[in-house]
Amino acid sequence: MFKILKYSFFDLMRSSWSYVYFAFYLVLGFVLLFLNNDVSKAVITLMNIIIVLTPLIGTIFGVMYFYNSKEFTELLLAQPIKRTTIFMGQYFGVSVSLALSLILGLGIPFLAYGLFQSSAIFEFGLLLVVGTFLNFIFVALAFNIALSHENKIKGFGYAILMWLFLAVIYDGAFLISLVIFDDYPLDKFSLIATMFNPIDLSRILILLKLDISALLGYTGAVFKQFFGTSLGFVLSLGVLGLWVILPVWRINMKLRKKDF
Amino acid sequence: MIEVKNLHKKFGKLTVLDGLDLSINEGGIFAVLGPNGSGKTTLIKCILGMVIPQDGEIIYDSESILGKSDYRNKINYMPQIANFPANLTVLELIEMVKNLRPKPANEDDLIALFGLESHLEKKLGNLSGGTKQKVNIVLAFMFDSNLIILDEPTTGLDPIALIHLKKLIQKAKSQGKTILVTTHIMSLVDEIADEIVFLLDGKIYFKGSVSKLKEETGEKHLEHAIANLLKKQYV
Amino acid sequence: MNKSWAIFLFVCLSLPALAKRVEVCATCPSQSIASALKKVEHGDELVIKSGVYKEHDLLVPFGIRVIGEGDPVIDGEMVGTIMTFGADSFSVEGITFKNVGQSYTKDFAAIRVTKSKNFTITNNILENVFFGILVEKSKFGNITNNTISGTRKNESNSGNGVQVWHSSQMEISGNEVFGMRDGLYFEFVDNAEIHDNRSHHNIRYGLHFMFSNDDAYYRNVFSNNGAGVAVMFSKKIIMHHNRFELNWGDASYGLLLKEIYDAEIHDNVFEQNTIGINTEGSTRINYHKNVFLRNGWAVKVAGGCYDNIFTENDFSHNAFDLSFDGHLNGSYFKNNYWSEYTGYDLDKNGIGDVPYRPVKLFSYVVNQTPETIVLLRSLFVDIINFSEKVSPVFTPDDLLDNEPLMKRPTIDVGIPKTI
Repeated sequence: MFKILKYSFFDLMRSSWSYVYFAFYLVLGFVLLFLNNDVSKAVITLMNIIIVLTPLIGTIFGVMYFYNSKEFTELLLAQPIKRTTIFMGQYFGVSVSLALSLILGLGIPFLAYGLFQSSAIFEFGLLLVVGTFLNFIFVALAFNIALSHENKIKGFGYAILMWLFLAVIYDGAFLISLVIFDDYPLDKFSLIATMFNPIDLSRILILLKLDISALLGYTGAVFKQFFGTSLGFVLSLGVLGLWVILPVWRINMKLRKKDF
Repeated sequence: MIEVKNLHKKFGKLTVLDGLDLSINEGGIFAVLGPNGSGKTTLIKCILGMVIPQDGEIIYDSESILGKSDYRNKINYMPQIANFPANLTVLELIEMVKNLRPKPANEDDLIALFGLESHLEKKLGNLSGGTKQKVNIVLAFMFDSNLIILDEPTTGLDPIALIHLKKLIQKAKSQGKTILVTTHIMSLVDEIADEIVFLLDGKIYFKGSVSKLKEETGEKHLEHAIANLLKKQYV
Repeated sequence: MNKSWAIFLFVCLSLPALAKRVEVCATCPSQSIASALKKVEHGDELVIKSGVYKEHDLLVPFGIRVIGEGDPVIDGEMVGTIMTFGADSFSVEGITFKNVGQSYTKDFAAIRVTKSKNFTITNNILENVFFGILVEKSKFGNITNNTISGTRKNESNSGNGVQVWHSSQMEISGNEVFGMRDGLYFEFVDNAEIHDNRSHHNIRYGLHFMFSNDDAYYRNVFSNNGAGVAVMFSKKIIMHHNRFELNWGDASYGLLLKEIYDAEIHDNVFEQNTIGINTEGSTRINYHKNVFLRNGWAVKVAGGCYDNIFTENDFSHNAFDLSFDGHLNGSYFKNNYWSEYTGYDLDKNGIGDVPYRPVKLFSYVVNQTPETIVLLRSLFVDIINFSEKVSPVFTPDDLLDNEPLMKRPTIDVGIPKTI
């Protein structure tokens, strides 16, 4: 698997998109830090960007890579390598290269700025962990969609729709149901609804570590009681992990029956 | 050497292979023929494990191969269309395939034979169709395997390369290897094939030597003999 | 008139010729403060030399000067009030008071002042106290440069740092108060000046006014308190050049205004509070040149407010600039700076040509259904806010700043940033 991972990884590293992505984070990091002069505020702005952008980029790169490497895949399929090995190699190749762009792109400006002297180092670390998770989750979801659709355009459309659903529509439905069922106790519902969407889960995980979490009020207190404990924290990282494992598992299931 | 038993494959509602049985002995050149959509490529992909049949069994070297991958180390395959990752150079591609197969390779002779030395550092995306096909041939012949599967190998080849390809096939045959070829070029079949496997409607419609086919159909030319076969079908 | 009379009295009564000096120390004739107090009379000087004195319930019914020399410590051993003054013209300075007893029925304090005039309490350290300085029915008091701290954790078993009740003409300045229930508490106190204090890490409020009129507080820092300052049922309070910082917590705020009239609030900084200013039932309040920086809500206006006027304030990077309940009732916003303002200024007069709507749709939704706050900073919320900004449907029509500033106004609070 590592051979395939290596080839996918270097294949992506050669494409200019990885550099564009890396450069984007690099510039973003520098601009935020040197315009704001405030690490903890930069972390808030970064959160807004990361929870929207990493899933989107993960989705697009995942789908694009899958369809674009059709030839490479077919070449590999004729070699004495297991199918799951081929696709897991490619999956990790894409995810790792995207995660590296994120971590290095943001890490370098923050290190240059003197992150280790800042109290925001924990929040920043969490931001990178969550961003990396989102990366792995959305590349896996994108692979799932691409595997199920031979038609590139269709696959691409569904992938974007999936992102749109999790990033926007889900929250819309969430908001509306909160408003409609106003008379009922809603904190458990909120907690569960958050768990079912990796973007919401990531957002809440980071928000709760920031001072602004005080805004969350009573519901926030329930959330804090849950996520604030190390058990809840580990559990929510576990849920994010599950969000990686389940789509990856489905990729492997799908592969058993797939014709090329 | 290859035993295909009762192979069924449907793509959606379209039945491509419908209880196909085929037995291929070791040594010789087998031409898999049939009209478009008769299931030639599907059959080959089933043998390679790229297409997964709904039912049936494939035995290679007295082992069932469905769901396995290691046996592919004993098969050389040349796909129909030479699609390669556009970002890699020719040399990198060859190195990669060598890296993925745990057996020795003799690519240097083949590169020299097809005059690819000057293209080694070029990216595959920048090569012409014919050159890509040559790279494709190099990849298929550089390993020493007992089974070689060629899917439409002549597409886009210039006459000299075609002569080289035919020589390579004959050489492999003389080494006692089994070669499975699909093609629409009947002259090639006439020239090199020991045996013809004719597919129609997902089944083997005819299997035997070229002369046997000509005899049965009463035609002198292979093309006519094939046409005759088809005509019978439609009568 | 009143004041000059008092000064005359003070000068007369403290004539040096009449005063004597009584010392307390381990080797002195008076080895305890209690025994020394028996020897003094009005106008004398009681000097407490260095050492630890385990005493409490010391009554001082005469106007004397109590002076600590060499950092003496009076340890109340957690029993009751340490020192009670009930006389005019006394002073206390340079003494450490510690371990004041706790009670649910009595307000034990380190220093208790009742019915006194013209007193000074300065440069003392009050540690682990229940109440710090308790002043009742007194006038012309001066409480300066003391450090008051407590270690209690709950509202119910803790007292206030400086508590003033039914008094007037007080000046409280330069004190540091932390770890108390309310840092500074004023009930029925008129004409007080409270300035240059630091009140932080208190359980409830940094500063608390009830039923008090004509008071002013300025150049104070209120940080990390349960809530910064609460002004309730009071009139004509002037608040300026203060910092309200880091009052984070559920429903916590920098400044709470409840049922107050005619207040001036200017040149203050509200930074990183859950709510910058929370106002309810307040009338004729002028908010001028305040800075609201990185708060959850900069200003939350609940019902029953009339004529609240916001001018030239700086609203920068708050999660919500404004939450407004009920009708405007004569309140308005003019010439404020809003960091989220995206309008333009074609005539280059520094004032945006398009009005700014400080109430976001999401703020409105959260007001209706508080639980929806869990969607804070989600993309969907940004989208609905944007669409509401483009074509307002839900947010009140008349709630806008017609002349928003294009640049942040320069506001000099005069106290260095502490965060």
